[in-house]
Amino acid sequence: MFKKILIANRGEIAVRVIRACHEMRISAVAVYSDVDRASLHVRKADEAYPIGPAAAKESYLNIDKIISVAKQSAADAIHPGYGFLSENAQFARACADAGVKFIGPTAAAMDAMGSKTRARQAMEKAGVPFVPGTSRGLDSFEQAQTVAERIGYPVMLKAAAGGGGKGMRLVHSPDELKSSLEGAQSEAERAFGDGEVYLEQAIVNPRHIEMQVLADEHGNTVYLGERECSLQRRHQKVVEEAPSPIVDPDMRRRMGQTAVRVAQSAGYTNAGTVEFLVDEQKNFYFLEMNTRLQVEHPVTELITGLDLVHLQIHIANGEPLPFRQEDVNIRGHAIECRIYAEDPDNNYFPSPGKITLLLAPSGPGIRRDSGMYEGWTVPMDYDPLLAKLIGYGTDRAQAIGRLQRALNEYFVGGIKTNISLFRRILSDQDFEAGKIDTGFLDRLLKRTKQADAHPDPGAEEAAVIAAGMFAMMGQAAAGPLERAAMDSPQNVISAHSNWKAAARRETLK
Amino acid sequence: MTYEISIDGTNYRLELTQIEGRWTCRLDGREIEVDAVLARPDVISLRLGNKAFEVKCERAGTDLHLWVGSVRYEAEVRDPRSLRSRARAIDDRGPRKLTAPMPGKVVRILLREGAEVDAGTGVMVVEAMKMQNEVKSPKKGKIQKIVVREGAAVNAGDVLGIVE
Repeated sequence: MFKKILIANRGEIAVRVIRACHEMRISAVAVYSDVDRASLHVRKADEAYPIGPAAAKESYLNIDKIISVAKQSAADAIHPGYGFLSENAQFARACADAGVKFIGPTAAAMDAMGSKTRARQAMEKAGVPFVPGTSRGLDSFEQAQTVAERIGYPVMLKAAAGGGGKGMRLVHSPDELKSSLEGAQSEAERAFGDGEVYLEQAIVNPRHIEMQVLADEHGNTVYLGERECSLQRRHQKVVEEAPSPIVDPDMRRRMGQTAVRVAQSAGYTNAGTVEFLVDEQKNFYFLEMNTRLQVEHPVTELITGLDLVHLQIHIANGEPLPFRQEDVNIRGHAIECRIYAEDPDNNYFPSPGKITLLLAPSGPGIRRDSGMYEGWTVPMDYDPLLAKLIGYGTDRAQAIGRLQRALNEYFVGGIKTNISLFRRILSDQDFEAGKIDTGFLDRLLKRTKQADAHPDPGAEEAAVIAAGMFAMMGQAAAGPLERAAMDSPQNVISAHSNWKAAARRETLK
Repeated sequence: MTYEISIDGTNYRLELTQIEGRWTCRLDGREIEVDAVLARPDVISLRLGNKAFEVKCERAGTDLHLWVGSVRYEAEVRDPRSLRSRARAIDDRGPRKLTAPMPGKVVRILLREGAEVDAGTGVMVVEAMKMQNEVKSPKKGKIQKIVVREGAAVNAGDVLGIVE
C-alpha cells in the first residue's frame, strides 16, 4: 500500500481525501496557495507545501510545481480531487513520467472521454444510445442548418470541449441558429481555447441522471447505482440524490450495464461517472463521462455502504475490486445540498468573507463534508463551495425530514450562504413528489419568495429583546473575532451587570 | 437601560434591567417575563414565559442581525441618550456612500466623477470568485467622488465613492 499521498486540491474535497488517507494509515500531503495557508486542508494534513500565488493557474493548476512537491515529499501517489487538474490527461502523464501513481483513470482514457465529440464517436461504435445529432464538430452554418432541419427544432448547440454550461445554446427556431452558433463558438473559444461546436436534438426539461462506475486494473467494472442531479442552476448542480425517484430496478440495470459498456469501451479504470439525459418517457441518452470523483459521491456512499475514496486508493494500488456486481445493494435514500458562499438576496452572487459564527448540525442520518471553520476567511479566488450537507434515511421522506431539521440547525454567520434556498427546495410540493427536471430550479426562483406562512408570533419579540441584550452586553457577548472590529464607541454600551462579567468568563472557557 | 429598536420599520421601546442574574423587561410598556443564557458568544438562549428561542447575532456595522430559527431580523438599536445615533439619522438624507457589496477587486469604473446618476445606475464593477457584480448608485444625484482605482482590492463595506 502507498505510504504517502499528495492531494492536489483544496477545500472540502481535500479534507475528504485526507480523512480517507488517515483512515487507511497513509500519510497525507497538502499543497496550498498563498491565500490558503489557513485553510482547513492544511490544518488536517501531515505535511503541507506552498505552491504559489492565489491564481489557480500559478498554483493548483501548475503541473510542474505539484510534481516537484510530490518528489520533494516522496509521495507514492497523487489524488487530484475534482476540478483543477482532475481531468487533465497531461497531468496524468506527468505523474506517470515522475513515477508517482495518479489516482484516477489513465491519460488515454481521459483523452477518449475529454472531447464530447470524440466520446460520441466511440459510443456510436459501442452501441450506446445518445441524443440524435452530429458526432463531429460543425464545419459551417449551412451544415448546422441541414442537421437542425433533419432532427427538428428545438436543438442544442454544445462545445466539444465544454462543461459547466459554457459554449451551450438552446435554439428554438431557424432564425436564431446563426447568431446562436456564432455565440457558442466564440464562447467556447474563449473558455476552452477550442471553438469546436456540435449540435444535437434538445430534450425539453430533461432529467439529468448519472451512473457511478468503478473499474479495477484487472478488467472488472461495476456500477454502483444512479444519482439524480436534475436540480441545477446555470447548469451547475445544486441538490443531488440517490436513488432517483423515477428509476426502478430494471431501468437501473439497463442504465448500469450501458455505463459499464461506456467505461469498458474507453479502457477506463478507477472511479468515473456516466451522465445521461432522461426524457419524459424515461428514455435515457448518453451525455458524457466524467473521469473523476464527483462532488456528489457521498450520496452513493451512503446508499451502498461503500467508501469510494478508499476504493479509489485500493484500485490505484493495483488491487482487484473486493466485490462483484451482484454484491452491490442499495439501501435507503440520501440527498445532498451544496452549501455555497452566495448571497440569496443578491442573485446568488459569491459572498466571500470571514465566518464569525458557525453552528454545525449533527445527529441521526446527517453527514457533513466541510472545508470551513469559525474564524476562517473564505477567499475570493476559488469556487464558493463551502460544504456539503447530506441527509440519509430509510426512505426519501425521512431523508428530506432529517435534512430539513439539519438545515435549521446549520448557521453560518458573517457571510451569506444559500442555506435558505434548500429550505425552499425541500419544502416544495413538486420536490416532495419527486417531480423534478433541469428546469425546476429556474421555475422555483422565478416565483416570488413567499414569507413564512405562519411566522412564530413570539419570534420578532424574541429578536427585539435579544437585540437589546446583545447591545447591553456589548463586547462581552461578541465572538472574539468581532471584538477587534467593534471599536466604535457607540458599540461599547457600558453594562453594569455581573452578567457581563459572567459572560466574559464563559467566553474564555 | 432603555433602547429604541426598529425592525422592518416597526419601532419598539425596550426597557431592560438585570439584577443578580434576573432580567426584567418591558416592551412598549408591557411587562414580559424573560430568562436568558448566553450559550456562547453571539448566541442567546431565551425564554419568554416558557417558550424557548435560540437567537443568533451577526454584527454589520452598527446594525445587529438577529436570527430566530431560520428567520433573520435586521435591528437598528438606538440608545436615546446617545447624540451620535440622532446625528446619524440626519446623515442618511445627505450624500450617500457607494460601498463594496463583497470583498473583491474593482475591475471597471463605468462613470466619472460629476456624472448624473439615477437610483440603480451601475457605477463600477467589482469581481470576486470569478463573478462580476455591479455597484449601483443608492440614489438619484451626482457622483461627487470616486475613491478607488481600477484594479484595487476592496473589502466588504469599504467606501468606493460618494453620491450626492
